[in-house]
Order: sequence, then C-alpha cells, then structure tokens
Amino acid sequence: MSGAELLVRFAGPHASVQDGGRPGMMRYGVPGSGPLDRLAFAAANLALGNPPGAPGIEVSLGGLVLECLSGSLGLAVAGGGFITDHAGRKGGSWQVATLRAGERLAIRPGHWGSWCYLAFAGSLECGEWLGSASTHALSGLGGGRIATGQRLRIRDAQPRPGRAIPCPVIARPRTTLRVTMGPQQRFFAPRTVADFLAGPWRMTDAWDRMGVRLAGPAIAPEGALDIPSEPILRGSVQVAGDGVATVLLADHQTTGGYPKIATVLDCDLDAFVQLRPRAGLTFQPVGPRQAVRIARSASVAARAYLTALAASVA
Amino acid sequence: MNLSERSFPAFTPVAEHGLLVEFGERIDRAIHDRVMHLDRALAAAPFGGFLESVPAYAGLMIRFDPLQCDHAAAERAARQLLARPAATTAAPRTHEVQVCYDPDLAPDLAAVAQAAGMTPDQVAAAHLAGEYEVFMYGFAPGYAYLAGVPQPIRMPRKPAAIRGIPAGSVLIAGPQCLVSTVTMPTGWWIIGRAATRILTGCQDRPFLFDVGDRVRFRRIARADFDTQVRA
Repeated sequence: MSGAELLVRFAGPHASVQDGGRPGMMRYGVPGSGPLDRLAFAAANLALGNPPGAPGIEVSLGGLVLECLSGSLGLAVAGGGFITDHAGRKGGSWQVATLRAGERLAIRPGHWGSWCYLAFAGSLECGEWLGSASTHALSGLGGGRIATGQRLRIRDAQPRPGRAIPCPVIARPRTTLRVTMGPQQRFFAPRTVADFLAGPWRMTDAWDRMGVRLAGPAIAPEGALDIPSEPILRGSVQVAGDGVATVLLADHQTTGGYPKIATVLDCDLDAFVQLRPRAGLTFQPVGPRQAVRIARSASVAARAYLTALAASVA
Repeated sequence: MNLSERSFPAFTPVAEHGLLVEFGERIDRAIHDRVMHLDRALAAAPFGGFLESVPAYAGLMIRFDPLQCDHAAAERAARQLLARPAATTAAPRTHEVQVCYDPDLAPDLAAVAQAAGMTPDQVAAAHLAGEYEVFMYGFAPGYAYLAGVPQPIRMPRKPAAIRGIPAGSVLIAGPQCLVSTVTMPTGWWIIGRAATRILTGCQDRPFLFDVGDRVRFRRIARADFDTQVRA
C-alpha cells in the first residue's frame, strides 16, 4: 500500500484534527466537538469519495503550510474563501488537487471565511479518544492539535485529478442568526432583552473552538447570579456578569452557571463561524415550532448539496 | 424577574434540538432525585428522535433530532415518564478515590484549616468523613461535581482563579468537591491530590463515575501515592 508523509512547515493557532465529532457524551462533561463548519468539512470529504466524517484537518485564520515529503496525495480544500498556493499555483478553497513529493501547499485566509478544511484521499494516521479523532481543544485529547514541525502520515494515499468543488450559497457567512430565547432569559430585564435583539453586534478577535466573544450593547443580567450550573448546548449565547456575550461553539463547556439569554439554532452555526472578526451580525428570535421548521428546510438544502456532490464523484 | 412564580417541572425549548427540564433552582438532593428519575426513565424508554440527556444539579437537558420529532413531542414524552413511579433501581455504586493530603500536593489545606479553625489533619479528616454523591459532570471531560462536603470545611470560592492547577487535584468550594482531570485554572480550594483517575483510560468504562453514584475518599501515604501515580 502506498503512503504519503507530510511535514507541517507552519500551523497557525487552533489547527487540529477533526472528524464527524463525538456526540452523546455531554453527560460526562464531553462536548460534541467536530468541525466548526460541518457542511464544509463534509464537502471536503465527499469530494474525495470519503465518508463525510473521515478524519481531516481544520485550519483557522492562522493558516497552514504543508510540504509533501513522500508519496502522491489527493486532497480537498473546502470552507471559507481561503487562498491556496500549491507548488507555485494560486488557487482557493473548494478544490481537489494532488500534492506530490517535494511540493508545498499553503492555505491562507482570503476574502472571506474563518475556517477551512483539508480532507485526504487516504487515511490520516491519528489518535482517537472515545471513538472519535476529533480534537477537544481544552484537553488536546483526540487526533490532536496540528503544530509546526510535526509530520503527518496518510495511509493508502491516492492521487486525484484536480477539480473544483461547488461552493453553495449555504456555505457563505450568515449575519442574521435565528435564536430561541433563553433558557435563562428570566435573568435579563425586558429592556436588556430588547437591547440584545436590537444590537448591533460584531464578532471580536476573542475566538477559539470553545466560543467567540461578541462586541455590542452591555446586556448584564440582573440580581445575584447564584443559579446552579445548567447544561449548555452548542450555540448558547452566554452572558458573563459583566454583560459580555459569548456564542459557545463545538468545544463548549457542557455546563455553566452564567445565564444564557438565547440559543442560536444549530443549523445556523456552520455559516455563523465563517464570519470574520469585526463582521456585524444580528439576532432574530423564533419560536420553537418555527425553529424546527427552519432546521428541517436547512437539512433538506444541505442534503441536496452533499448528495449531488457525492454523486458527482462516484 | 420574579423567580418565586416559576412552577416545576419547567420545560424550556432550546434552539431546534433541545428541551431543558428544570425541577428547581437549588442544589438539593430531592430536586436532583427528580432529575435522575427522568434521566433513568429516558434511558430505559427513549422516545423516537431522542439523542441524549444531560443531567445537572436542578435540571436536565434533552437533546433530540429535529428531523424526527420536536419540542412538543419531547415534552409530552418527558411528562409521561415523570407521571410513572420511579423505577426501582439497583443501589447506587460506591467508588473509592484515594487521596494524599501532603502539603506540597495540597497548597490550600493550611488556609482552609485556618479559616475553619482546625488543623490540616482535622480538615483532611472532615473531608474523608463526607459522603459524596455525583450530581453531575460539567465544565470539562470527567469533571464530576460531587456534593457532600461537610459543613465545617465549606469555603466560598476564591475571588480569582489560580492558573495551572495540575490534573488529579482534589478541590472544594461550598458543598461541592471535585477531582480535576486536566490542567486548569480554578478558584476552588486545593486540599489534596488523588491517585485514582476519573478519566480511567479504560475503553469499556472511560469515566469512573456515573451521575448518581456515591463516592468515598480514602487517605493514602505519600509513598503509596508516588507508587500509584508512577504505575
């Protein structure tokens, strides 16, 4: 069997191995993890004929530079509008290419997007934790963080003809986030809730896989915050005592005592994380029945795209 | 904000895939018993689309697949399960966690002793005398919140967190105790170091405790601690 070996010439912060995630273990303090933009990650894998959750690499705004030491390795780059430099050829996210021994692939942020995914035509050799290669940022458990100087090995590496991957509208950044209010809305005065919905909000530079802090109106909760820790979901808009709001993401803590003023619909999160620092956004409240309707239609759109992509490869 | 008007159980939809069921707003064994009643009932008879339940002190998060059901269906299922008498469960398991209270592994033991008007050994003895129950996991993988710290050594949290606290630290704050699993900042009081690992590394049973289990601490000498940690 042919293998390929890659040298990580440079890895920006928060680059890590991810797969389909580690759902169902929140009762043990373990969040679902997995890619922040699940659609782009699945697209990268499906474009190579992989299962949608095969282990790959999540690249942040910090970028990534790989050098192929040996082998011929097909790979797919998807997510955001990142710029690639492959052996001197400029390109971007949403493409399949083959990296050959001696060639370099650089991935850098481009016109839009904050997260980009790299999938391999072959099996990335990496560790697992609790049955998943997804890296849990806080502990480093799972496939692991990607660091400069590290070597990556891919088993059964196969070359792939270059091609473009269609970038769907649903993969573009989303600036209007649908939320259900609460579950701890009661700790906020009606006027504070109105301020929250009026905004304006901006993304900040305080981001990682656990969450992104927002800049906007102060929305401090009222009264003594002595609630026992409550379970948290990905997408919770948590407000610390100082009134600063944070949207919790894939590696969120599973419980917390800060009140959650609202929760972003899960189906809006993949496109939300592609917003850049300083990008503006607003929250739009929806009821639970509407939330389910939105999720179902978003699922239809995502499945249609991914099914067509998989069919184009087969 | 009028908390006294809330009636329990309270059901709150969360995004398109969650339903928070609350039974109260305090750390209280009777409230937690109701949380666990629903948690066990869901595990025994999951409704169509059920994904997972996450028990905490006073409430339980139910996660479901919005393509298969919705909040109303999840609430109906939960109400039906709550209307049934609690299933008689096997007696909760009791786990033993071995702790060394040597000063260099217990940087806050002296401060807790001073605050409680005790000697460090008396603090350790009070900690060992507690009967602990796993109320929930949270914050980080394997962070099991144990309730049951005896009254005389209950301490308020420190005003600011201390960084770089090693995994295995035995921490207390108020009625709560936990054994840390990763290096982490904490505002709790570090009164010992456990040789027993909560993240077991064992595939069949990666976490030592289930929520609802009981825990007892046993003191071990430094030599035993060193041997076990090296093992």
